[in-house]
Amino acid sequence: MSSERRYTPTHEWIEPASSPGAMKVGITDFAQKEITDVVFVELPKIGKKVEKGGEVAIIESVKAAFSIYAPLGGEVVAVNDKIESDPGLVNEDPYGKGWLFELKVADPTLLTELPDEGAYQKLLLSGGGGH
Amino acid sequence: MSKAMTENGNAGEGIKRPPMEPTLWEKSRPGARGVLPPGVDPDTVTGRIPKELLRGAPPPLPELSELEVVRHFTRLSHLSRGVDTHFYPLGSCTMKYNPKVMDRIPEIPGFRDLHPRTDEEGMQGLLEALSLCEESLGALLGMEAVTLAPAAGAHGELAGILIARQYFDAKGDRERTEILIPDSAHGTNPASAAMGGFTVRVVASGSDGGVDLSALEKALSPRTAMVMMTVPNTLGLFEKNISTMVEKVHQSGALLYMDGANFNAFMGVLRPGDLGFDIVHINTHKTLATPHGGGGPGSGPVGVRKTLEPFLPSPRIRKEGGRFRLESPATSIGPLRSFLGSTLVLLRALGYMKMLGGEGLRQVAVHALLNANYLRALLDGVLPRTGEGLCAHEFVLSARDLASRGLHASDLAKEILDAGYYAPTISFPLIVPEALMIEPTETESKETLDKFARDFRTIVEKAMNAPDSVKKAPRLTPVARPDEVGAARDPVLTDPGSL
Repeated sequence: MSSERRYTPTHEWIEPASSPGAMKVGITDFAQKEITDVVFVELPKIGKKVEKGGEVAIIESVKAAFSIYAPLGGEVVAVNDKIESDPGLVNEDPYGKGWLFELKVADPTLLTELPDEGAYQKLLLSGGGGH
Repeated sequence: MSKAMTENGNAGEGIKRPPMEPTLWEKSRPGARGVLPPGVDPDTVTGRIPKELLRGAPPPLPELSELEVVRHFTRLSHLSRGVDTHFYPLGSCTMKYNPKVMDRIPEIPGFRDLHPRTDEEGMQGLLEALSLCEESLGALLGMEAVTLAPAAGAHGELAGILIARQYFDAKGDRERTEILIPDSAHGTNPASAAMGGFTVRVVASGSDGGVDLSALEKALSPRTAMVMMTVPNTLGLFEKNISTMVEKVHQSGALLYMDGANFNAFMGVLRPGDLGFDIVHINTHKTLATPHGGGGPGSGPVGVRKTLEPFLPSPRIRKEGGRFRLESPATSIGPLRSFLGSTLVLLRALGYMKMLGGEGLRQVAVHALLNANYLRALLDGVLPRTGEGLCAHEFVLSARDLASRGLHASDLAKEILDAGYYAPTISFPLIVPEALMIEPTETESKETLDKFARDFRTIVEKAMNAPDSVKKAPRLTPVARPDEVGAARDPVLTDPGSL
């Protein structure tokens, strides 16, 4: 469990990536279980600018298609193209090999305003959040 | 057909699974043929075709007699489930029974044999019929102008969105780039809005399943071009605050779009125009006795207010004196589809409207509402349901409590197949976990609904008491549980037998 990782009520996670200023985004373990087996991921183009809460990617399972929203505003600087050919990685390793994209976040100080692990778990217990 | 997908023979519990019908490739016998055209010498035919365009070898097609082909497709039709053989409560899709007499309409030679390039003078009858269809739909929708051009419901949405874009363009208002859509909407709504060049903003539902009024107010801005609402919504609920919502949307200067896919629930009872909507589309196959997908082309007529009429797709049918002519106004969004739309489908819709008349059409909606509420009441307490009070033409149950037995809504659906029904819609709408969406439609009898309710209750009891048995369903279909994930991740799109 990463202490720097933060979450959204729409079940994305975000944490600082290795390259300076970039943050990695994926979906939570809860989300991958809810979505069930991922069969297709539509990733954003590198360079795409997104606002906080804007749709960035689409994940499809046999159940339905789900929109993935940007936890913070910024620009897409990298995408995990491995999940395009192996979408099951999102289920197998949602916080690791199943990451979706990296954002160069406009204002990195906003990260700590998002729910941390404890707050996100509380949200799940209260039945809150949603896609 | 891979081995993983079929479980030939024993389906467990002493039940023998019906065999799968082999494919035509598997049944092929070299040299067999269906027809022998008389007096045709193949050489005289191929002799007229340039050599470089001829095949080196005959195409690899299956070879069978006519009778073998007839039996193949008849057997397949017996393995399939349709509304002609089974109760089909597939929510959102409105799988009601279409009167067989409607099949006669596209067979009327004057319409059937009309060439699409016939001049206006030669198709006055068709133009009159289509004009009457526009008028009848306009009367039912409370809209001043109707286009019949869109080829399906989602195409109707796209038409409505392009009309809205043209409208704001004509006003010189380029700031309105967003379309607001509730999270319970049909998935086609955001797709159409994006195709029309708009940014989609999703509006959350309140805990009662309706649009959250304060969330809508917050989302409205000078950037909002349009709000798309489904009435009744996909939970089968009428929005309680609809008049306030209409007011708020219009105050913000945006247009209000109604996804009228659920026309069956309000036809002759309420008119979108009277509610204050600016644009509405309907899907003829869900309400007006035209075929569902695969049974023929679709049609998604769109009705608009007078102020939006100049932007409707071209050509428009104009009546002058007793004659009809086609016109393409410069203000139009342009043609959306070849010729005049799915004309034979539209004639069926016209026939259905004229056959039932105003009161008859109202009775369709009233009985759709009655049947849904009756079935919902019968199923009270079986599974948790969404929404208080009455429902509209369909209702949503949640199988989330079955998680404790390791079961999902899809497991119930499989068991429902064994009980002799088509399964309800599952996993939609997305805002309800483990959703089962049930829509009986007006064409089912009380006896059918009573029996379905009894069987459904038994199935849920079985799921609670013997979940392992439910996991083995269905037993009475030749294919039990296809590998949906494998099929989506690694699709095999050609029959291996054909290669």
